[in-house]
Amino acid sequence: MAYPLQLGLQDATSPVMEELIQFHDHTLMIALLVSTMVFYTILTTVTSKLTNKNMLDSQGIETIWTIAPALILFLIAMPSLRLLYMMDEVNNPHLTVKTIGHQWYWSYEYTDYKNLEFDSYMIPTQDLIPGQFRLLETDHRMVVPTDSPVRMLITADDTIHSWAVPTLGVKMDAIPGRLNQTTFVVSHPGVFYGQCSEICGANHSFMPISVEAIPLIHFEDWSTSMLAKI
Amino acid sequence: MAEDIKAKLENYHTAPFDTRFPNQNQTKNCWVNYVDYHRCQNALTAKGADTTPCEWYRRVYTSLCPMAWINSVIHE
Repeated sequence: MAYPLQLGLQDATSPVMEELIQFHDHTLMIALLVSTMVFYTILTTVTSKLTNKNMLDSQGIETIWTIAPALILFLIAMPSLRLLYMMDEVNNPHLTVKTIGHQWYWSYEYTDYKNLEFDSYMIPTQDLIPGQFRLLETDHRMVVPTDSPVRMLITADDTIHSWAVPTLGVKMDAIPGRLNQTTFVVSHPGVFYGQCSEICGANHSFMPISVEAIPLIHFEDWSTSMLAKI
Repeated sequence: MAEDIKAKLENYHTAPFDTRFPNQNQTKNCWVNYVDYHRCQNALTAKGADTTPCEWYRRVYTSLCPMAWINSVIHE
């Protein structure tokens, strides 16, 4: 999850996020190298005592600084498109979870077998117990099994919201009247947090998402206990 | 045929990938299955036939459609 003064991306909890991190690192490295080279070139040019009043053109350097950027862009585009298509691959989900954004909470529905639905409100700061995370904890978590492709269907009840969990590499807008689909696989058990990512009114910052991933053998116990509770 | 559909229903986990709706927007997928269930029910009931095959559409639209959408259509 996020930590104070964090600069980079959160560690990945899904195979897609691992790929996204690698692509990000690759592209950022290229951007840093290009920026450094340009900065150095400008610096040396500006601080140079040499003058040449006869320079008109140079076929050589013009060719190089046309081909090189094209090559660099190609080296960025190839992994980008590979990842884009990988994220769109057909995977037959084991489970469908629907989430509906409301002002200002998320509700979750698991309706493949029985009709399990519940709301997920942020735990107010004054009600947190020691060790819990401010503005991230919710009273009910969305529970999913590990190592299982999960289909998320996201919509909203009132205004536009957006469902995001950075460590899973998921963000999808919640639009009233539209059912947006995304899929993910959680690689290991744990609790993973996200926050509403589309401005939706006064408490936009106070409707977080928490996803709890547990092994499949325990998932059925959880859903049975939730059905009994609600 | 009847045995196939019963086997399919027994092994149902969630709505499978539908090639008619390969993209992000699944609104139509929910709608089409909801409509197909009711059409199937009407057609098979009119013929006096067993309506078990219609169960497939019901399972799929229940998996896909938000409960509020289904309830609001029923109440309209």
